[in-house]
Amino acid sequence: MKHTMFSLKKFDYKKIRNIKDKTVRKILLGFGLTAVIFIILILAFLLMEGLPFFFNGDSIDFFTGDVWDPSSPNIPRYGILPMVLGTFLVTLGAIVIAVPIGVGCSIYLAEIAHPKIRETLKPVIEILAGIPSVVYGFFALVVLSAWIDDFFHSTTRLNALTGSIMLAVMMLPIIISLSEDAIRSVPREMKEASLALGLTKWDTIRGVVIPAALSGITAAIILGVARAIGETMTVLMATGNAPVISFDMLTSMRTMTATIAVEMGEVPFGSIHYHALFAVGIVLFVITFVINFIADKVMKRFREKY
Amino acid sequence: MKWKKIKEHIIYSLLRLTGLFIVCALAVLLFYIISGGMGKMSWDFLSSFPKDGMMSGGIFPMIIGTLSLMTLTMLIALPIGTLSAIYLVEYAKPGRFTDAIRLAVHNLAGVPSIVYGLLGLGLFVVFLGLGLSLISAALTLAIMVLPIIIASSQEALRAVPQNIREGALALGSTKWETTRYHVLPYALPGMMTGSILALSRAAGETAPIIMTGAAFYITHLPSSIFDEFMALPYSIYTLATQSSNVEATRPTIFGAILVLLLIVLCMNLVAIIARNYYRKKYRW
Repeated sequence: MKHTMFSLKKFDYKKIRNIKDKTVRKILLGFGLTAVIFIILILAFLLMEGLPFFFNGDSIDFFTGDVWDPSSPNIPRYGILPMVLGTFLVTLGAIVIAVPIGVGCSIYLAEIAHPKIRETLKPVIEILAGIPSVVYGFFALVVLSAWIDDFFHSTTRLNALTGSIMLAVMMLPIIISLSEDAIRSVPREMKEASLALGLTKWDTIRGVVIPAALSGITAAIILGVARAIGETMTVLMATGNAPVISFDMLTSMRTMTATIAVEMGEVPFGSIHYHALFAVGIVLFVITFVINFIADKVMKRFREKY
Repeated sequence: MKWKKIKEHIIYSLLRLTGLFIVCALAVLLFYIISGGMGKMSWDFLSSFPKDGMMSGGIFPMIIGTLSLMTLTMLIALPIGTLSAIYLVEYAKPGRFTDAIRLAVHNLAGVPSIVYGLLGLGLFVVFLGLGLSLISAALTLAIMVLPIIIASSQEALRAVPQNIREGALALGSTKWETTRYHVLPYALPGMMTGSILALSRAAGETAPIIMTGAAFYITHLPSSIFDEFMALPYSIYTLATQSSNVEATRPTIFGAILVLLLIVLCMNLVAIIARNYYRKKYRW
């Protein structure tokens, strides 16, 4: 009798444990799915609020029109081109500045710098990455724009170049840390073989290490670009926000992100203008999605190689 | 040969300069902000309400707004993020389904912050009717920091050696008991470190809260999570770009930036120190 009771208890206990285990598994599965749900929600709401614009507004003018003037009393126009161009030019400027410095610094950190210098530089980069974008924006607005104006005598006080330089500084931490990782994961044997063959350290870096890490470095740059395209506050505060078509880096420009941020606060819910801003959001989402996708593919190829 | 040496020397110097550039960039930035904001720092500035269209007075409501926003964001994001990381690392079986989740986390990380703002506006403010409020903004920020929390938690869980799991399972623990008592205790510090970094990101984020509940000026503190609120980053933005008297508001902006930076950098510092400590403590 005593014996059966004991085994009964043991049995129950085991059963409870198993039920508990299975329940937890199901709950965790639910949490695991949240990321998928949120991606779907983002898509759903962008489409839900953005598509009405294409049904009611002038969707041909949206993609080909060169005027963005939603508040015009006569004919409001929603041409996205000035903003696409603004985003493109500001980002291009940032790439031109950030890529040489970023890649150079990552080579320096991974291959040349003394461990002690490395240990001090790494936190500096981390702090740079942690500074909120609104702080960068304010710095660009107050300090950097004055420098640019003094130096280049810019057409407008706030201009695309100011935005590019500030964005470059913001891109640097991403580019540096990711390409440093890529350079560091080049197998030691490759470097040693090259050095053993009598090549100098720099020849090894240039001829062996960089080519081997190239796809990783490329992925780092692409991710930096994606960040720059999606960045809002810095460009909003630095570039002056004039939605005009211009190729002059010293004039005021406006990016897609800035347009949404500036105008969303002023539009009535459900108006054509409101839906147009969501349509801009769709374009922005698609662009960053494609760029991240490409970066992912490049990174995968790099990882498979080593 | 000699020419080659000189060339190498020049290249090395150039590379060193890039390192120097990074340090200078940070130094210049910090110099301007600290020298601009230091004069404003006082207990009065931190603990009183703004006056005269924010040209004088303090930034108390902004600090409270930012802190409550951060707390609320973490309360939402932390359980979702860590539990979903536990699922991905400990439970998910390799296959299409798991790949889809990984892809989603990855893509979520790449979505621009302003698009999260659009989601927050469409979903929480309008569709769910939460209005412009603390809770709308916190939910939006929570979704935004979710991929960061998931990624860092995954990394922390993966760092726990496989043989600890196998040992626990061999002794008859269920999967959950193994995870709960033998994996989580070791992974927890790493998970927390990542979460602190995510939290500091949420504290400084401006674009999403513009559309979901941050207000330019309110005379009282938010009394519930359904109230609009003032937040440091949003106030910095509006004061810097839309103020009627730029010169007069500038000291307030500098002060607000310094406080925001202190909050953000302190959290970063805690995270970095904690990470280094635990890296040394657990060396498998």
